[in-house]
Amino acid sequence: MNPFSSETRLRDMIRAIRACKTAAEERAVVRKECASIRAAVSDNDNGYRHRNLAKLMFIHMLGYPTHFGQMECLKLIAAPGFPEKRIGYLGLMLLLDERQEVLMLVTNSLKQDLNHTNQYIVGLALCALGNISSAEMARDLAPEVERLLQFRDPNVRKKAALCSIRIIKKVPDLAENFVNPVASLLKEKHHGVLLTAIQLCADLCTVSEEALEYFRKKCTEGLVKVLKDAVNSPYAPEYDISGIADPFLQIRLLRILRILGHGDADASDLMNDVLAQVATKTESNKNAGNAILYECVETIMSIEDSGGLRVLAINILGRFLSNRDNNIRYVALNMLMKAISVDGQAVQRHRATILECVKDPDASIRKRALELVYLLVNETNVKPLTKELIDYLEVSDQDFKEDLTARICSIVEKLSPEKIWYIDQMLKVLCEAGNYVKDEVWHGLIVVITNSTNLHGYTVRSLYKAIQTSGDQEAVVRVAVWCIGEYGDLLVNNIGMLDLEEPITVTENDAVDVIEAAIKRHTSDLTTRAMCLIALLKLSSRFPSCSQRIKDIVNQSKGSLLLELQQRSIEFDSIIEKHHNLRSALVERMPVLDEATYSGRRAGSLPAVVSTSQGNPLQIPNGVPKTMDAPLLDLLDLSADEPAPQNSSGPNFLQDLLGGDVLSSASQSGTTQPQKGGTDVLLDLLSTGSPPAQNGSSTADILSISQDNNNNKTSVDALNSLSSPMVTSVQSTPASSIMDLLDGFGPSPTVPKDNGPAYPPLVAFESSSLSLIFNFSKQPGSPQITQIKATFTNKSSDIYTDFIFQAAVPKFLQLHLEPASSNTLPGSGNGSITQKLRVTNNQHGKKSLVMRIRISYKLNNKDMLEEGQISNFPRDL
Amino acid sequence: MIRAMIVINNQGKPRLSKFYNYTPVEQQQQLIRSIYSVLCLQPENVSNFLEGSSILGPDSRLVYKLFATLYFVFVFDSSENELAMFDLIQVYVETLEKCFSNVCELDIVLNYSKMHTILDEMILGGQVVETNSEKVMQAVEEISKLEKVTAATKLISKSASLLWG
Repeated sequence: MNPFSSETRLRDMIRAIRACKTAAEERAVVRKECASIRAAVSDNDNGYRHRNLAKLMFIHMLGYPTHFGQMECLKLIAAPGFPEKRIGYLGLMLLLDERQEVLMLVTNSLKQDLNHTNQYIVGLALCALGNISSAEMARDLAPEVERLLQFRDPNVRKKAALCSIRIIKKVPDLAENFVNPVASLLKEKHHGVLLTAIQLCADLCTVSEEALEYFRKKCTEGLVKVLKDAVNSPYAPEYDISGIADPFLQIRLLRILRILGHGDADASDLMNDVLAQVATKTESNKNAGNAILYECVETIMSIEDSGGLRVLAINILGRFLSNRDNNIRYVALNMLMKAISVDGQAVQRHRATILECVKDPDASIRKRALELVYLLVNETNVKPLTKELIDYLEVSDQDFKEDLTARICSIVEKLSPEKIWYIDQMLKVLCEAGNYVKDEVWHGLIVVITNSTNLHGYTVRSLYKAIQTSGDQEAVVRVAVWCIGEYGDLLVNNIGMLDLEEPITVTENDAVDVIEAAIKRHTSDLTTRAMCLIALLKLSSRFPSCSQRIKDIVNQSKGSLLLELQQRSIEFDSIIEKHHNLRSALVERMPVLDEATYSGRRAGSLPAVVSTSQGNPLQIPNGVPKTMDAPLLDLLDLSADEPAPQNSSGPNFLQDLLGGDVLSSASQSGTTQPQKGGTDVLLDLLSTGSPPAQNGSSTADILSISQDNNNNKTSVDALNSLSSPMVTSVQSTPASSIMDLLDGFGPSPTVPKDNGPAYPPLVAFESSSLSLIFNFSKQPGSPQITQIKATFTNKSSDIYTDFIFQAAVPKFLQLHLEPASSNTLPGSGNGSITQKLRVTNNQHGKKSLVMRIRISYKLNNKDMLEEGQISNFPRDL
Repeated sequence: MIRAMIVINNQGKPRLSKFYNYTPVEQQQQLIRSIYSVLCLQPENVSNFLEGSSILGPDSRLVYKLFATLYFVFVFDSSENELAMFDLIQVYVETLEKCFSNVCELDIVLNYSKMHTILDEMILGGQVVETNSEKVMQAVEEISKLEKVTAATKLISKSASLLWG
């Protein structure tokens, strides 16, 4: 016997682990313990087996591997004594899982223990079975469990009932065997048995339609009566939770009634009375009472309509909303969210209370309430609700502002009755929380502004006022700078005054002051400064008298460390200086941006929006490698014959706004590097064919392009299919590769939609004498299934006879081999054998195909054998 | 159903964990860590429920309650009543209280397997078996009695063998 084995007691080990000051110390202690346990395992040391297993469970909880203890569990379960069995079953539930084959070995012990005379041992076995049973075990042991449903001791009956749930979940076919026993269990008085039987009944109803019908007919009335008794029962101290009689049972009863009543008017009728009783009689000053009410509300919402009850239910939720307990308010909001689809009108009545919850100090309640408010907004209440929310924005927590602004903007956008109101509300939001809004919010605002021609003057004046008071909000600054650049003349001359406006006096110098302040503000980032430069260029033409001053400001950026700004200021300076004739035409007002295109693009490039923060090329100074995805994609856009400015997506939108200037310069700014970077990006895209998320905005952009081409499903695949020939060309001639790629991309939409994607043929096997080529095809609509046509060619001069091809695949694949065209393979490549294979990939998209092959044939009556493994299948088969 | 029951102390050490759907050890540890990282940031006086979808997978909720140094956490899906789960924590802790009288973290650490026994008497396969803490206690006491009787006989035989050896 190993002298070190098992000498420490469980407690000593726990103390030793607890005494460890560092993770490394803990690991050392655990390692030592594990070593001695392993030694004991290999010595087959009986005496300390159960102590060792107890230790292992503790070690397991701390997250260390304990697989070597699995067999010990089985040995302990097979032991006769109670303590061994107990710890064995505990270990079984913790250390093993239903997928391990070891588990099959325990079935027999379980069967014996289920028939044991000691009811506690039966209880242990039931518990283990209920927790970890696999489908096979469920099948094997179902008769035992079924029998135990009638066991004399109620404690065993209740465990057997829950164990049955696991069995029918694993093997739904067995459900019918349990229907009758459950029906009789439902008549029992014993609390635990009733509770578990109801649970089993609910699960039977979900797996089997017939069971549901049966219980609906036979048991609804009985269950209603049980609930009625529970509601009206005198105080029963043993099951009360803080003064409420037996809440768990009532909740289970309400839940089963919900299942039985759902979609069935007769059953629903039967339960109306009792539901009304529960809703009115249950005390709501305790958590347990509220739990019952909550469940009752859910049941009322799900069963067939009875108007009176629904009003009662929504009123209960209304009461919940004003409860002081956070938990109650939280669940009430959850439930109202569900109720809104059932009875929106009734929920509307509690709008004011819900709005109060948006201001709750508890973040999760606020979040819920905001989602709910969002669902509640409609044309009639949008104005007062928006006002409330914007007012609250002022005092809300910093970290809640982002959510709140996003919701407000979305509400305003969705339901604004008129443009002027939209612009006003957006300005308020930006002034309050301009630093928290996402980029697309102010992009969207600018699109709306350009579209409302009659409001240009009003907007630019409002923005001028706004930037005076809220100049610290980035989004306000950007929108104001953009608008002043575009509509500076309207600002100065008070053109397009609305009746409600008060006239303001702004000189040309004042307008330039604003831009100058913005460009010099130390918190302004590259985007804002770039926008300022363009605004200045535009103003230089609009305000000829300020031209010299503007030139000076532009010149200050010539020394900028940011290549982008430096280059832009040099270019603009020369425009202002030398090209007077060109200038006014160059800086004309932007054409009206098309709202439909913008919103469509936004919807189409959702992933791009998510990755804006890293993907926006303007955030990165100097336009080196990463920035290249945008210009390159623009090139791609061109190749797709779409007008470029309208075709780039989310993050590139800014460049559209800037008139494409920044864009073109970015592609000029680095002459050699960008191209390399660009091809890399494309190379990645094409060669890996990986899911869009990995490639961030660039892939998403391609997706949006493909949508423009009305070919959204196939063109990405088409890109992939083009990969292998193109990758080689990219590598050999990097300079011309972009053109190649573009050429490749151009015709891609013409790939016929219906044939599904194409894959290059694969040389699956090649020897000096024999070669095997796979051709792939897929049926559209079933991406998991790949049809493979295998072609065998014999390059030697001899004839191969009795030619047999065999293949094997791992478990996640299914392989179907069709008969070969022949079993004789003529020599010298004078013919071939073809054979079709069908492979179904159950892990399509996660794992790629892999196959082991064996080819046997006779050469001059001598047996020959070739074997090989193919793991270089195209990735997305 | 109930997906998991976890007890974590306020330093993030797991003190009890039981998963009712199979979860590999690494994933269990990962879950415990991410649950702890959310819990330890929860301010006081907020609701005891958390939307768990981001860390625990779709359709999962989490209810927790802090007792002294320990977080008691239940993870469950939408078929369970949140408020009832909250009460179930209470029932479990009440049972522990009856079992250890004045329960503290050390009791829980050292009587690790007893914690499991209690839990198994209350929850089986992710479903509630028994909510009466008296009845749970009865069962647990019976089980410990059975264990002691056999352990005692063993001890005698062992000391005998020591004497002989």
